Amino acid sequence: MAAAYWEVVIGLEIHAQLATRSKIFSGASTAYGAEPNTQACLVDLGYPGVLPVLNEEVVHMATMFGLAVNATVAPRSVFARKNYFYPDLPKGYQISQFELPIVEHGELHIVDADGNEKRIGITRAHLEEDAGKSIHEGLDRYSGIDLNRAGTPLLEIVSEPDLSSAKEAVAYMRKIHTIVRYLGISDGNMQEGSFRCDANVSVRPQGQEALGTRAEIKNLNSFRFVERAINFEIERQIELIEDGGEVVQETRLYDSDKDETRSMRSKEESHDYRYFPDPDLLPVEISAEYIETVRQQLPELPDAKQQRFVEQYDLKPDDAALLTASRAIADFFEEAAAATEAKPQLVANWVIGDLSGALNRDGLEIGDSKVSAVALAGMLTRIHDNTISGKIAKQVFEAMWDGEGDADAVIESKGLKQITDNSAIEAAVDAVIAANPGQVSEYKAGKDKLIGFFVGQVMKATKGQANPGQVNQVLKDKLSD
Amino acid sequence: MSSGGEQLYAQSMAELAAGLEQGDFTSVELAESLLARIGEADAKLNAFITVTVDEALAAAANADKARAAGKAGPLNGLPIIHKDIFCTRGVKTTCGSRMLDNFVAPYDATVVAKLAAAGAVVLGKSNMDEFAMGSSNETSYFGPVRNPWNLEYSPGGSSGGSSAAVAARLAPAATGTDTGGSIRQPAALTGTVGIKPTYGRVSRYGMIAFASSLDQAGVITRTAEDAARMLGVMAGFDERDSTSIDHPVPDYLGGISQSIEGLRVGIVRQHFDDGLDPKCGERVKEAIATLESLGATTVEVDMPNIDLSVPTYYVVAPAECSSNLSRFDGVRFGHRAEDADDLLELYCRSRGEGFGDEVKRRIMTGTYVLSAGYYDAYYLKAQQVRHLIADDFKKAFADVDVIAGPTSPTPAFRLGDKIDDPITMYLNDIYTIGANLAGLPGISVPCGFVDDLPVGLHLVAAHFAEETLLRCAYQYQQHTDWHKACPEDYQ
Repeated sequence: MAAAYWEVVIGLEIHAQLATRSKIFSGASTAYGAEPNTQACLVDLGYPGVLPVLNEEVVHMATMFGLAVNATVAPRSVFARKNYFYPDLPKGYQISQFELPIVEHGELHIVDADGNEKRIGITRAHLEEDAGKSIHEGLDRYSGIDLNRAGTPLLEIVSEPDLSSAKEAVAYMRKIHTIVRYLGISDGNMQEGSFRCDANVSVRPQGQEALGTRAEIKNLNSFRFVERAINFEIERQIELIEDGGEVVQETRLYDSDKDETRSMRSKEESHDYRYFPDPDLLPVEISAEYIETVRQQLPELPDAKQQRFVEQYDLKPDDAALLTASRAIADFFEEAAAATEAKPQLVANWVIGDLSGALNRDGLEIGDSKVSAVALAGMLTRIHDNTISGKIAKQVFEAMWDGEGDADAVIESKGLKQITDNSAIEAAVDAVIAANPGQVSEYKAGKDKLIGFFVGQVMKATKGQANPGQVNQVLKDKLSD
Repeated sequence: MSSGGEQLYAQSMAELAAGLEQGDFTSVELAESLLARIGEADAKLNAFITVTVDEALAAAANADKARAAGKAGPLNGLPIIHKDIFCTRGVKTTCGSRMLDNFVAPYDATVVAKLAAAGAVVLGKSNMDEFAMGSSNETSYFGPVRNPWNLEYSPGGSSGGSSAAVAARLAPAATGTDTGGSIRQPAALTGTVGIKPTYGRVSRYGMIAFASSLDQAGVITRTAEDAARMLGVMAGFDERDSTSIDHPVPDYLGGISQSIEGLRVGIVRQHFDDGLDPKCGERVKEAIATLESLGATTVEVDMPNIDLSVPTYYVVAPAECSSNLSRFDGVRFGHRAEDADDLLELYCRSRGEGFGDEVKRRIMTGTYVLSAGYYDAYYLKAQQVRHLIADDFKKAFADVDVIAGPTSPTPAFRLGDKIDDPITMYLNDIYTIGANLAGLPGISVPCGFVDDLPVGLHLVAAHFAEETLLRCAYQYQQHTDWHKACPEDYQ
């Protein structure tokens, strides 16, 4: 009853760390994993007298993102100070954007539970600096502060409350993840916290116009956690209301060990951030010409690439979607497809199938694939020209993966070349027919399905190396005699 | 050791530069003589927080070497003082506060670096109102500075250590900062020249922020000529300060000798109303008459919103200060309370102990005006009025080249007289604040005495018209002797 009666409303605030080499307002490096406080300069430490200077690269990146989600890139946006005290916030304020963000009114499309395309609005995306980290482990009675992350550029992407389920939220987040990586503006590394989100969740009875009271779940750093935390929160709110209680507006934390959310602070305890324009920074002014230049340089985006793959390569739409989920995989596919005369769908099957399987098995990214796109293409050409069968190709691929050389070398050294000599195949067929008189009689009596048995026997006799098409043909000819 | 019979300490930068150039004395001799004078005089004046004897002598020796090698910079070997708001690598920078009593900056402010590169020799760091918040130098954690014209009186503030030191001939020039009048008012109260340039003319990098949209570095000297010499070195774009402006720096020194014939001087009625001490008003009117005798013409200009300067300022400046001073939390540098039991106590006690009353008053005011529900009524409204005031100036400068009036409503006041009455204290800056709100350059020039205390003529010009101010002040000083007057005990 609950699922039918209640409508879920979700909005996401995604924080994508921008892949700049230096910080948003200082020249310090943004590299991850350095010794604490070795990548924090005086500006990041908030020393007396220092001033922020905007890294122009972040403006470029935000503009790219705005264009990629069909948003308005503001001709004038303003940095503001968000004031609060915390030890890992060196200045006592975070430089962010408040009233005038750099990107507004964007959108993207996801596929909903019924398989229909659904538009999700993007309210805004704004630039801000990250804070540092507090460290509690191993420090008796004290807290440590690591300011390496302080001043790392973030793009905070705020969706409209257009998402109706945890699955949609994940689909939306995945889409944003794909877009920022396509644009090369974020590495999207969720383990390192480069891509994380806060989820605003509320429920209301179907048909009610007013939104229910929402809870905000903070700092979700995996797609799985997003889904589980939202589902837990939906259940919690529905149960609470059905038991006569009321949802309170509050910030909640998701505990992945216990798979539950719990209250962090209520609205009454929430900060008054006293935002005001940062007088140390000029407004960011972006000209129409600049936007046009960035637009010209935009890479092909996932949706467009998917459509092109279907049209240009005649791929199945689902396969095109899988291949274009990552720009690196799409590029790998295209490189391989260009290097072989084999059908693109065959290339796609191998990239999605055996290649992805091998990568997963070894925990590798496509960039580290042990079989290059050109090498894969070389093997597929051998399938195409009937040197090997698809089945033998699996052996060849594994040998290539294990570093035994390219397809031709493996085929040669292992003697896997397909038998296409008709007389050799005829000899094998004759032997199989002679050895199985009973089956031959049954076949001739009309049991056509037995052709598979004969093919299997011939393939077995030829160690799988006979050309299956030829075997089929010869068998049919001889059996119909 | 003396040049033309006049003591070194009494000479202007221009005279000292000539003496050094001619080899009449060395930079080391000059530094030694002034350091000795500071040693004698400062026990009473309290103009210094730190005297940098060793550093000064080393810099002077380097300057002498540079001169011998033919590599003398434009300020080679000339002694100066830095307001203790400018970060100096390796030398304590306190900003007049207990909060930074232990703070040694690991870097030089751009102004400090530029002056050092020009060969200037820094004698020390001058006392100031705490975090530049004050008009009397009484809010300093290091005690008030005394006015060399009368030790019972304030030298003004917040750059009071700089103004007192220059007036007492402890150095020919001292840097200052001006957020609402903190260079010009102390210059007026000590009979010195103080110039606050256009906002963005001088880098703010390394200058500890009070109110970022108003703060601007400048200089206090005894002559407009020396101010031109200093400003020429200090000014210029700095890539580390986004609000500094990439605008060519003119040859200030070369420009000052031109006549002011035809200069249009604007007079604002509100600058001469009830709030002004009538005797100060007379001195200022006499000074304007002198400018007329030099070929200037006067025009009355209407500035309908100028009366709103002080209330506007006391919303904008505290708002910015409340945020700027948040970094002083006892975590990374500065004063940290001992034995705090938790984070909140660490914050409350470090800040409670580290900041003085006036700073706390402004942090609280600023926090209030930025709070949810009050932002629109105070901060936003103040920003709107700020635009109106800037527009008033803009309209005025369509018709005039400078606006002339008093720098301060009264001459120097007794220490202790106003410190318990913040509003009266705030009104000290009633004539100077407008230039900060509009980002305009302003200068105060000595123009006479009232009851044996100096009075300043205040001139404001359009953005980047520092040349006009310096020329006008220089020409005025060529025809008056007020800047040559020296407090009796410092002759």
